[in-house]
Amino acid sequence: MMTGQNSVCKQMPNSVKGFLPLLLLSALLISCTHQVVKDSLPVKDAASVKGTSTSRGTKLPARFGVGRMATAEEVRAWNIDVMPDGTGLPPGSGTVDQGEKIYRVKCAACHGATGVEGPFDRLVGRDWGKNFDFGINRHLTKTIGNYWQYATTLYDFIHRAMPQNAPGSLKPDEVYSLVAYLLYRNQIIQRDEVMDAQSLPEVVMPAHGRFVPDDRKGGPEVR
Amino acid sequence: MRDHKRPLPLTIEDHLSPSPGQKLTRRQVLKSALAVVGASMLMPFTPAFALSQESGTTPPDPTRIVGSVPSEIGSRSPFEHPHRHVFKPLPSSWSMTPLEDLYGIITPSDLHFERHHGGIAEVDPHRYKLLIHGMVEREMVFTLNDLKRFPAQSRICFIECSGNGSAGYYTDTMPTHITPGELDGLTSTSEWTGVPLELLFREVGIQPGASWFLAEGGDAAVMTRSIPLEKAYEDAMIVYAQNGEALRPAQGYPARLLLPGWEGNTQIKWIRRIEVADRPFMTREETAKYTDPLGNGTARMFSFVMDAKSIITFPAYPAVLPDKGWWEIRGIAWSGRGKIVRVDISTDGGKQWFPAELQQPVLPKCHTRFRAVWKWNGKQAYLMSRAMDETGYVQPTLQQLIAARGPATYYHTNNIRAWKVKQTGEAVFGLGDLI
Repeated sequence: MMTGQNSVCKQMPNSVKGFLPLLLLSALLISCTHQVVKDSLPVKDAASVKGTSTSRGTKLPARFGVGRMATAEEVRAWNIDVMPDGTGLPPGSGTVDQGEKIYRVKCAACHGATGVEGPFDRLVGRDWGKNFDFGINRHLTKTIGNYWQYATTLYDFIHRAMPQNAPGSLKPDEVYSLVAYLLYRNQIIQRDEVMDAQSLPEVVMPAHGRFVPDDRKGGPEVR
Repeated sequence: MRDHKRPLPLTIEDHLSPSPGQKLTRRQVLKSALAVVGASMLMPFTPAFALSQESGTTPPDPTRIVGSVPSEIGSRSPFEHPHRHVFKPLPSSWSMTPLEDLYGIITPSDLHFERHHGGIAEVDPHRYKLLIHGMVEREMVFTLNDLKRFPAQSRICFIECSGNGSAGYYTDTMPTHITPGELDGLTSTSEWTGVPLELLFREVGIQPGASWFLAEGGDAAVMTRSIPLEKAYEDAMIVYAQNGEALRPAQGYPARLLLPGWEGNTQIKWIRRIEVADRPFMTREETAKYTDPLGNGTARMFSFVMDAKSIITFPAYPAVLPDKGWWEIRGIAWSGRGKIVRVDISTDGGKQWFPAELQQPVLPKCHTRFRAVWKWNGKQAYLMSRAMDETGYVQPTLQQLIAARGPATYYHTNNIRAWKVKQTGEAVFGLGDLI
């Protein structure tokens, strides 16, 4: 979620100053990728696109006076998304041990006892062949550990959509715990690491940096 | 009445060996047509256009018995039973439009393809609201009646899932007995009506520096995608009507996002929230799912636009041509980048190509019907279609696409298809023979 106009940079809490070097490196990696994606995409900001509105815009009023203002509570209730810099992560925390317990009860039936058995999406695994070979090897399965770019997306998705038979039912501590457990099982964090709003955005996923913007443009070239 | 100034369509033979200034005369066409009609009188139910049930319960002479009365809701003839192909009856699954059973370009609303990730949401239109917030001047809520009050627009365009047609890409598992719908049925065309998103953004006011927005659905998947703000000012809409009536629940009742030409997943159904921002949100769908692995150790993100594609829907499996002679090759072509300008047909597996007729009007980012009259000589033939769009992009061969993406990529597999018509008249998917 965005918390107003100046949410791009946040203050670093005292608790993470000890990890500052790793923090800075991770933040740099994350912001670099953001910048690459943002600058590479042909996106205009609001000021430059307003001039391209259609001819009917010249006859219509600037506003119609239809609709009503949203209440802060309405926005709060639905504003559940989590961004890669951690914006939107709620208070709370979770451990790998707690996550293991919850996983067994709420997740194993669909994703398998160890996250590989199915019958639905495989969650655990680090195999990507020699070099992220998903484009040349059909037998590789995409998992959290070999394909997900952001650990924060894991929080966002589990909270909003999982488990499938009770979406949105997990509390923040439960989601943090499941995220911790799945990151541990994918060999991305240590067993004793605690996941919360400060530590989660610092996790660097193995697949981070493997993704490129779409360079197809139509025309005679096949890309 | 035919416009006598417009020449009749050329046949495939005309294209292959044209005589200078040749045009079919009306007499020639009538002679051919009579031959076909004569043949079909000997075989009243030709397998080529098979019906779903045999005669039985209808009166032998309808002129002798009064028929049924008008009704509030119409229904199809009991002889017609077009239906979607359902992959699995699960919340995260899909159903495919039976392309081979349709005519023209409109997909009947109850045959529109589906792709759901959390099942079909049941939304009460009285309680429905769309929240727009974030980098806006005014954070606002709109009811369904509010959305309908705004100046409206209608547009006929396709929606296609980016995973459509993947069965026709992998050389080691090429199918044969697959219908056009089972192969490429994750695409449909409707007339959509709603409010341009640009007008809603003017109502809330977009702050300087904004460049993306999150679209979020009110379904159990609470589906989210990040969309560049530019698309809102191009042709994005919030639509509430489909083919003249309210949106179907399976297509997002009471309102969905429409992004003409873009992959279906981005066109959020049961849309409940839009959050304007200055960067993408990196949702699960756009990072872990709808990404296209390439053969060079990377994967493509934000591959929004659906490239040009075409498929012959007749003759195609399971049609059986009962007779050699005159037939019409038919199919649909479309491009997310604009209009289809040309569809070429080959009947010999890609050696020679000639242009098909395009049904007018050709609309941008919309299914386009193509047709080509063909005299089948009874020998085995490989029928292929190749679309070109207004950007000059040509639908690639399988080999071209594999070279560009890698043999195991996923999504956006729009390579040329091929149907083998055997000497028996049976049509099967034949791309596997040509690779």
